[in-house]
Amino acid sequence: MTRPVLELRDLTVEIPTRRGTLRPVDRVSWAIAAGEILGVVGESGSGKSMTGNAVIGLLDRPAAITGGEVLLEGERIDRYTLRQMRGIRGKRIGMVFQDPLTSLNPLLTIGDQLVETITEHLDVSDREARARALQGLEEVGIPSAKNRMDAYPHEFSGGMRQRVVIALALCAEPTLLIADEPTTALDVSVQAQITALLKRLCRERGMAAMLITHDMGVIAETADRVAVMYAGRLAEIGPVAQIVGSPRHPYTDGLMASTPAASAGQERLRQIPGAMPRLTSLPDGCAFHPRCPRVADKCRHDPRPEVGTADARAACWFPIEAGEEAA
Amino acid sequence: MLAYILRRVFQSIIVLLVVGLVAFSMFRFVGDPIEQLLGQERTQADVERLREALGLNDAFVIQYLNFLGRALQGDFGISYRQSRPVADIIAERLPATLELALISGMLAVGLGIALGVFTAIRRDGVAANIIMSTSLIGVSLPTFLIGILLIYLFGVQLRWLPTFGRGDVVDLGWWTTGLLTESGLKSLILPSITLGLYQMTLIMRLVRSEMLEVLRMDYIRFARARGLRARAVNFRHALKNTMVPVITVTGLQLGSIIAFAIITETVFQWPGVGLLFINAVQFVDIPVMAAYLMLISVMFVLINLVVDLLYVWVDPRLRIDGRAA
Amino acid sequence: MSDLPDATRQSTEPMGRLEPAETVRPSRWRSAWDGDLAYSFRRSPVAMIAAFVTVLLVLAAVCAPLIAPHDPFDPRTLNLMNGFSEPMVPNQFTGETFWLGTDDQGRDVFSTILYGLRISLTVGFSAVAFAMTLGVLLGLLAGYLGGWVETIIMRIADVQLTFPSILVALLIFGVARGVIPIEYRDQMAIWVLIIAIGLSDWVQFARVVRGATLVEKNREYVQAARLIGRSGPAIMLQHILPNVLSPVLVIATISLALAIIAEATLSFLGVGAPPTQPSLGTLIRIGQDFLFSGKWWILMFPAATLLALALSVNLLGDWLRDALNPKLQ
Repeated sequence: MTRPVLELRDLTVEIPTRRGTLRPVDRVSWAIAAGEILGVVGESGSGKSMTGNAVIGLLDRPAAITGGEVLLEGERIDRYTLRQMRGIRGKRIGMVFQDPLTSLNPLLTIGDQLVETITEHLDVSDREARARALQGLEEVGIPSAKNRMDAYPHEFSGGMRQRVVIALALCAEPTLLIADEPTTALDVSVQAQITALLKRLCRERGMAAMLITHDMGVIAETADRVAVMYAGRLAEIGPVAQIVGSPRHPYTDGLMASTPAASAGQERLRQIPGAMPRLTSLPDGCAFHPRCPRVADKCRHDPRPEVGTADARAACWFPIEAGEEAA
Repeated sequence: MLAYILRRVFQSIIVLLVVGLVAFSMFRFVGDPIEQLLGQERTQADVERLREALGLNDAFVIQYLNFLGRALQGDFGISYRQSRPVADIIAERLPATLELALISGMLAVGLGIALGVFTAIRRDGVAANIIMSTSLIGVSLPTFLIGILLIYLFGVQLRWLPTFGRGDVVDLGWWTTGLLTESGLKSLILPSITLGLYQMTLIMRLVRSEMLEVLRMDYIRFARARGLRARAVNFRHALKNTMVPVITVTGLQLGSIIAFAIITETVFQWPGVGLLFINAVQFVDIPVMAAYLMLISVMFVLINLVVDLLYVWVDPRLRIDGRAA
Repeated sequence: MSDLPDATRQSTEPMGRLEPAETVRPSRWRSAWDGDLAYSFRRSPVAMIAAFVTVLLVLAAVCAPLIAPHDPFDPRTLNLMNGFSEPMVPNQFTGETFWLGTDDQGRDVFSTILYGLRISLTVGFSAVAFAMTLGVLLGLLAGYLGGWVETIIMRIADVQLTFPSILVALLIFGVARGVIPIEYRDQMAIWVLIIAIGLSDWVQFARVVRGATLVEKNREYVQAARLIGRSGPAIMLQHILPNVLSPVLVIATISLALAIIAEATLSFLGVGAPPTQPSLGTLIRIGQDFLFSGKWWILMFPAATLLALALSVNLLGDWLRDALNPKLQ
């Protein structure tokens, strides 16, 4: 691809704890092009949210980036100072969190919160900022936006609030959007609206997006490419059709087989035995090997398998070939 | 919203009535007013006459209502100790306490909030840690000890400030003030610090802990994710949200300053209603005790009411249904 | 959103793991105490020092009769000529040396402090024990029984909460004074103190316990216990009580510091421990007169002891609150 908007090269995040140093993100690499939506999927604790936080530089102490690079439009930002990151956040990277109710300051009107963000990043007058804010609200589909500008967050419904949050994240026109579980806290009926909104905005603005979620259904609907994370590592990455239809990593395969949305046509949902290991007790070799139906000796000892191209690869010594049955 | 206000006012009245009942019960059951007022040499006829005059032969409820009625008119009876109307005594001494409370309050709130915000924002700094450690001492030092030590240091050793009393006061008719004279102002310094220090420490720790709590909230995170400056995040967002619970507690604390004045007034021999109350307790001067109790209750209830209403005004979430979130 | 606590917390929960050995959950009583609490203690030098000082002072108070050089209240051992001796300086008349000096009556300050500590700690602990028992009991009743019982208890609590506890304590003291005949006042003083301070402090215990009871009451295991036929009190004691232990403990520690200060304050004001059974507060009151005439030790040493005590207990309470706070783990 042409220069990607976001590129991660062997990004590693570590947390020193009294039980030892944990690695919630372990040498993760991928790239997102303009206008492309990368879905990052995985169970709770797989490191997907931590990766998003690392990109935008909002890791909670004592977590810190200890290795690898984060490149935003070719520029290395993982070592930036606080001040430099502040210039990037909102302006070039926008982030949306899971719970729209707690994401908005309950004591300020949404108009105020929009205007302050706009005036922070764009050199415009207050009046112009307000006009842009209004525009932003309309763009995300808030009806009678003019009247709602001076309303408080608690006066909106869940879906509307998330739209406001998205408007806030995008009002300074960033080139990258990180959405961390944007639909998880919403009703199912509203989820579809929000994902459609995100898709549309990315297309229209040519904005790259990192969509973090554990919901395969959302991924299947919205993403162009999918990255599957497991125990802090990247298990597989590839185009959405391939990930869903013919996954190569046994974990991805198990994931698809256990998700109703992705396994249409299957008679029974399969379950992956066991559970994702704790970060404090990761197995040697491949992190998935204790649960893998295809496990061999090599998997137990040799670390870091990777097979495939930059765009579509799987971290497995014995990836499932097209047409093959998993186990 | 109106319903909420009415409900709170109603509750306040109930509290006042209960306190009135307690005060009245003290009158009725503690000590013997007859003995106090008439002394040893008394005839049975005197006693009977006094009993009638004081209404001691009426039913309990009647006496209670009479008591309340008189209280509302400002009649709290005669002090056992000074043989003067209690209302007069209190009116004389109230300005001293109120001035002291006011200055201490301003000190406590101003410094408390400022230091609280500072130690929350600069949480890991050296200055913050020092302040927090000394603050713990502030909470562990009893007020009277602070007063004594201050007197010793500034009054006895350094001789900079007076060690007791109020200094010269200016009589403004119904109010006497120490704020207009040099000695009056000097006399205010040590007592205000003493009285305000404990409150200031409490407020500071409260503001700090609330602010730290707020700074962990998602909307602060989102504000940072939007690239807002630290100043905007800390003050426009965090402080504003911190103030909501802080206002409630601070308001209540200020009320208790008036009660804590008892201690400070004792240490500094400050001629206020606090010192009056302590003397009353030592001499079992019931009318004064009861009057002080009622007065303080009215003040507290009023402050609580104002604070509750303020709370609703500040937090828009409460305006819709008037119920606390 | 998954940040630090989420990641590590998720990975420490047994989500249907394959190892069978972890099916036994630690008993409710131990779960909050093991590991984390002890570890937090070890890591905090402040907590350790505070605990050390507190224990030291408590031991000193308990062993006062054994370690005090003199019994300060036995008139036979007093020698007025010893009066106003300075600390560590041999008395000009008798040649005796007192570690911390003597007061106007020749009493050894060190001994008076030890005995004073006794009174202060006795009142402090007893008052808190009283407040805790009363508060927990009323809280349990209010939460479990509900209805008008709850309403009455909580209304009283609200009314009382409007007033600072010192005022309540003063009031109770004043009333008691009026009711008890003069001859008994000194003897009863300590009891009245305990009751007064205890009664002014029960509310926060009651509130916390009521809240926790309300939460637990609706849990399934309580309903199951009821179905089996366990009686109310048994349910409350066995199931609900362990769950409220943590916050109650934190409140109790902080209450202790407050009670000690409250007792000192009341004694200082002259409405607490009498000079015949002085607490640290009374000693300070007595010492105040002599402070300004240069005999600083009579006030300063008791004051320092009081400060050390209150500070240590406060620090312990602070540490305990942070250590037991689930949100900070």
